[in-house]
Amino acid sequence: MFGWEFPPHILGGLGTASYGLTKGMWECGDMDITFVIPKPHGDEEKGFAHIVGASQIPIAWRDVNREYVENRIGHVMDPEFYYQLRSNIYADFNYMRTNDLGCIEFSGRYPDNLLEEINNYSICAGVIARSIDFDIIHSHDWLTYPAGIHAKQVTGKPLVIHVHATDFDRSRGNVNPTVFNIERDGMLHADHIITVSNLTRRTVIEKYGIDPAKVTTVHNAVEPLSEELLNVQANKPKEKVVTFLGRITMQKGPEYFVEAAAKVLKNNHNVRFVMAGSGDMMDKMIALAAERGIADRFHFPGFQKGKQVYEMLKASDVYIMPSVSEPFGISPLEAMQMGVPSIISKQSGCAEILDNVIKTDYWDIDAMADAIYSIVTYPAMYNQLREDGLAEVNQITWDKAGAKVIAIYKQVMNR
Amino acid sequence: MKAICFYFQIHQPFRLKRYRFFDIGNDHYYYDDFANDDIITRIAQRSYIPAAESLLRMIDESKGKFRCAISITGIALEQCEQYVPEFIDVLKKLADTGKVEFLAETYAHSLASLADPEEFALQVKAHDEKINALFGVKPKVLRNTELIYCDDLAPQIAQMGYKGVITEGAKHILGWKSPNYVYSSASAPKLKMLLKNSKLSDDIAFRFSNPEWESYPLTADKYIGWIADTPADEQIVNLFLNLETFGEMQSRETGIFQFLEALPRFAAEKGIDFWTPSEAVAKLKPVDSLSVLHPISWADEARDTTAWLGNKLQNEAFQKLYSVAERVRLCDDRRIKQDWNYLQASDHFFYMSTKHLDDGAVHSHFSPYETPFQAFTNYMNVLADFIVRVEEQYPLSIENEELNALLTTIRNQSREIAELTKEVESMRKNVEHYNEERKLREAVKEEAPAAKKAAPKAKKAKAAEVKTEAECTPAEPAAPKKRCCRKKKEA
Repeated sequence: MFGWEFPPHILGGLGTASYGLTKGMWECGDMDITFVIPKPHGDEEKGFAHIVGASQIPIAWRDVNREYVENRIGHVMDPEFYYQLRSNIYADFNYMRTNDLGCIEFSGRYPDNLLEEINNYSICAGVIARSIDFDIIHSHDWLTYPAGIHAKQVTGKPLVIHVHATDFDRSRGNVNPTVFNIERDGMLHADHIITVSNLTRRTVIEKYGIDPAKVTTVHNAVEPLSEELLNVQANKPKEKVVTFLGRITMQKGPEYFVEAAAKVLKNNHNVRFVMAGSGDMMDKMIALAAERGIADRFHFPGFQKGKQVYEMLKASDVYIMPSVSEPFGISPLEAMQMGVPSIISKQSGCAEILDNVIKTDYWDIDAMADAIYSIVTYPAMYNQLREDGLAEVNQITWDKAGAKVIAIYKQVMNR
Repeated sequence: MKAICFYFQIHQPFRLKRYRFFDIGNDHYYYDDFANDDIITRIAQRSYIPAAESLLRMIDESKGKFRCAISITGIALEQCEQYVPEFIDVLKKLADTGKVEFLAETYAHSLASLADPEEFALQVKAHDEKINALFGVKPKVLRNTELIYCDDLAPQIAQMGYKGVITEGAKHILGWKSPNYVYSSASAPKLKMLLKNSKLSDDIAFRFSNPEWESYPLTADKYIGWIADTPADEQIVNLFLNLETFGEMQSRETGIFQFLEALPRFAAEKGIDFWTPSEAVAKLKPVDSLSVLHPISWADEARDTTAWLGNKLQNEAFQKLYSVAERVRLCDDRRIKQDWNYLQASDHFFYMSTKHLDDGAVHSHFSPYETPFQAFTNYMNVLADFIVRVEEQYPLSIENEELNALLTTIRNQSREIAELTKEVESMRKNVEHYNEERKLREAVKEEAPAAKKAAPKAKKAKAAEVKTEAECTPAEPAAPKKRCCRKKKEA
């Protein structure tokens, strides 16, 4: 498997989904998974998959002794494996900027030279594809499609790509042609395409012109939360709290949340609104909240990570995700796990599998305001959504998604 | 000797329009006129009117041997009067044949029987009056909303003067017993119970046009055959159906009308009679008494009340609604009374059901909302506005008992005031009379003193009036005070 993010060092939903799916497939049994990420930190969970960092894959020969390798990268990679990889270097990449081990450095994030990193990543993919034995290639999201294609060309093994999002979701339609081409190239080369929702599936078919027969939806799931996270302590203000958690970007529809908040506050002053996260539209949103005269009730605590997220959820009475276009959207499921009733837009993929949430159109701020008001005002509504939502989300597990992916593998390999 | 007892239900709720929370306190009109008009007109044209005309023909062709009962809710009647008055005319024709019995039920198709016995009694009475006014008959058998029945209700129903009650032949109540007898209520032995034969009723209502059903296609011949084949001592088969089964649930193309109209002929061949519920209750003796500890109904798989009161949303809405019941009964604002009726319709709670599978499909089929949560939100917003209006009439700070006492005082006072005014008037007359006499006398004798005597008396009466006002002012905030003053002006 090729992926870009892996917990605990994640920047968005991609890492969580890759991790959950891999673990779910491992739980189904009889799977030997190698997961390639750009830059491991050594604290990743390793029990269920062999984690390989592209930044430890040599692409240029360096004569280094075992002790040295052990010292340099022993915490993330077995030196034996390093030598095995080294003997599979397939071309002279000495012209590239490599380090003392003949490896390329990766940021593992989304830097400005992202396209260069993607290219480097696929060079490394060529090495690893030659070094290990496997039956199928699985690429997570567009960043790793070129690597997947490369591995397929080297080995002739079938390629499955996993579309966690498309550029149509990220840009509200103004696609970046380079990204579009990488995505489409991946889809055309893939033997099968897995999408995280029917919404994404339609985008892939309609916008990228892919044969519907080779596109299958496997909805995401959630990992059960640990006791520790479920019982985090949070200071709850005496007012009701409505929370938005996520990148404050065009895709997430933050302005609709602000407008709905303004409507609610007109009639009910006992509510506070929180927009946690960061992004390019944050300043605009702060200005909008001020313009609507609700800045005293509308808060921007900035980016939340790790435990903070769960503290935030614990203190919330309503979770809202007004995304304009959300391929799946795992965060409402996490909110439901924490027992927070959720309002999601009908334009999100998770709306396809959830019943005990309130669904509105992202642009329908009246309906959104009404739903917020209803949950904070009527205890029955809150309790019903909270309890049934919890029961529902506990049924959505990764091993079910994993089983579906394995079925797709079998189908692809038997072809 | 066997008989079929047909009863057809007619009900349509006033569906609510999309009512946002910012409408609370601003907009007091709650109904989706377009949808209500559209739905009742469509169903009346496709189902109610042709079905009623079929019944007329059946009565006519069988020379009065065919009989049945109809139960139509007050709010459905109101909708018909408003949108399809021609249907009322057909119903009147049916009533005029004398072969169609009209049943008693709650005016608003409400669940009041489960929450508020007083409200229940009032609604049944209001419904009886409406039926009497329109069709000139007085119902003798009660059909509670959705056939809801339990032991706790029976004494009240008997005490209201009904001979029989119609309910579901729920399997968990009957056990091995057959619904094809008349039973008596365990808690009110004089009250007879007619139990719906679910299997035979649902054969028509749900399975009639299902090609996967083993008995498809169902013919009148076959159907009457089934009834004739029941054990000889089972005397009555109760077929309780929604009238919209004919033409709406089962479309005209399935031949449902022909099936219905053919029934009397085949029944006559097999020697099966048709009885109205009150005939059945009068003619048959109960074979046993039946105890129903928990309320049953004809809805959903479970045949209980969970279709309306099965989850937290429904219970919350239901309790909120009936928390103002007493207040509403105290006030006499016509629009509040009207909204009160419309909001009680059980349908609003039906839409909030979160059941899944088959039951869930039925709920969402009828619901104008996309989700139960939307149904709840919309209803609660409307209810919030309604409660605000009720509170405007009588502030919440006064307890119901206190309010009642105050209202009585006001009523007594206005009566007193009226009496006093009368007294004052008669005194004025006396004074005038006296003055005239005196003038006459003065003209004759030219004497002066007597006039002074009458004046203080009139003053005294006025003082009494002022005193009554002072009495009611301190305890009474805004609204009642106004009424008090108004009453005085009238007086």
